[in-house]
Amino acid sequence: MPEEPKLDPVAEAEARRIADNDRAVEAEMRLRTRRGFLAGGVAAVGAFAAWEWIRTRRPDSGEPWPLRRVLDTNEELARDYFSRRRLAREFPVSEAPKELRVNERIGMEDPLDLAEWKLIVTNADRDDADDSGNNTLSMADIRKLPYAEHVTELKCIEGWSQKVHWGGARFADFAAVYAPKKGWGYVGMETPDAGYYVGLDLDSAMQPQTLLCYEMNGEPLPEPHGAPLRLVIPTKYGIKNLKRIGRIFYSQERPRDYWAELGYDWYAGL
Amino acid sequence: MKRIEAKHPWAVRWTHWINFPILFGMIYTGLMIYWASDTYRIGWGSFTLFHFFPDWFYALFGLSHKLSNGMAWHFFLAWIFAINGFLYVTYTALSGEWRYLVPDRNSFSEAAQVMLHDLGIRKSAPPQGRFNGAQKIAYTGIVLMGMGSLITGLAIYKVVQFSWLVTLLGGYRAARYEHFLLTMAYLMFFLVHVSQVLRAGWNNFRAMVTGYEIKTEDAHAGRTQA
Repeated sequence: MPEEPKLDPVAEAEARRIADNDRAVEAEMRLRTRRGFLAGGVAAVGAFAAWEWIRTRRPDSGEPWPLRRVLDTNEELARDYFSRRRLAREFPVSEAPKELRVNERIGMEDPLDLAEWKLIVTNADRDDADDSGNNTLSMADIRKLPYAEHVTELKCIEGWSQKVHWGGARFADFAAVYAPKKGWGYVGMETPDAGYYVGLDLDSAMQPQTLLCYEMNGEPLPEPHGAPLRLVIPTKYGIKNLKRIGRIFYSQERPRDYWAELGYDWYAGL
Repeated sequence: MKRIEAKHPWAVRWTHWINFPILFGMIYTGLMIYWASDTYRIGWGSFTLFHFFPDWFYALFGLSHKLSNGMAWHFFLAWIFAINGFLYVTYTALSGEWRYLVPDRNSFSEAAQVMLHDLGIRKSAPPQGRFNGAQKIAYTGIVLMGMGSLITGLAIYKVVQFSWLVTLLGGYRAARYEHFLLTMAYLMFFLVHVSQVLRAGWNNFRAMVTGYEIKTEDAHAGRTQA
């Protein structure tokens, strides 16, 4: 019979010690691994559940209500930070292209009848309002206000932007004559057919670059861009820059807003 | 002989794994927004090599006609992204962990050697601590990119209130472009990161979940291998 190879008892003990240690280490690591992946799995399921929960909530003006609350909270913070003294960057007139993209004609489906056009102002703090609280203005009344112009970048909520040379009356000057009732914080505007409508916080509207605009590139405002009178408000996305204004009304609460009803941020402030 | 060694503190692991779905959500909802005015391309003059993005891309991921929903999610997730990033940076700064993460003088030459090794040109990997030079540069870079996304994002989001910032970034259109480029850079980072994690193996990946890795010590040479 062949003789068994003799093992060094010291080396044998050492090898056993290492093997025992490694087994214990592997066992310990398995435990930690199980614990770690279990916690991770629970967290992942929780995150998925949170997403699913938000996604399926009752819509509030086109978005699940939790997201609408976040938009509204962002609005509160933005309004706290807003200052009328902060101006949109202005550019030299030479940088303004002659053509401006026409994106939408909502609220302007009817042909424009300049002879019929009038501006109704509702809830202004004036004694000469009619029984419904309305004042009826013509373009001549608007032109009486001081003239202001600027070249600013119109920013569409879609993401594109374009410099435009605008001219008209500052809304702040208009509101000095047709003032909101004391303590009222909002102003709404509509097209004559009320097919398009926007709501604005008065703070943004009173920023000095906000214009009741009747000129583009030094010419009368073209029909597709909202003749005879449109809103230009560089502190808001293009969606708030209402064309063909038919009515301006002051309000104590946020006035309805065409795109905010379809899921967009009501404030849409820049 | 094997032993268990602590590698990633829990704060680093949690902020890392929270960031993963949040950043994915930021990119996804960002693409829902970008779809509405998808003007970027690679090309010269009238020649377009690649348009960001082709129609099949939007169709594949269901990104079309979701601008308002994309914005609502984007401006919600942005808060989590910012807070989580702030916690990560604060933790690494206060705990001293930043020492493992911020590149030093040697990191750049080390990163070059790591790259040569990864490409199979250099035989051995350079000796390293917890992270090698390439990792330090990548992990610090991704934090700076995150800050860049927040800054360019804020500039686009409130362009008039932060007009000084917009001017610094080169204007509104430039800021939007930079925001987009950073997003593309995240995708590049992700590709390299995931392939490196796959290469590094199970022990390395497990450490990012459990916090611990197994180290094997050669009893004779006293050398340690991860």
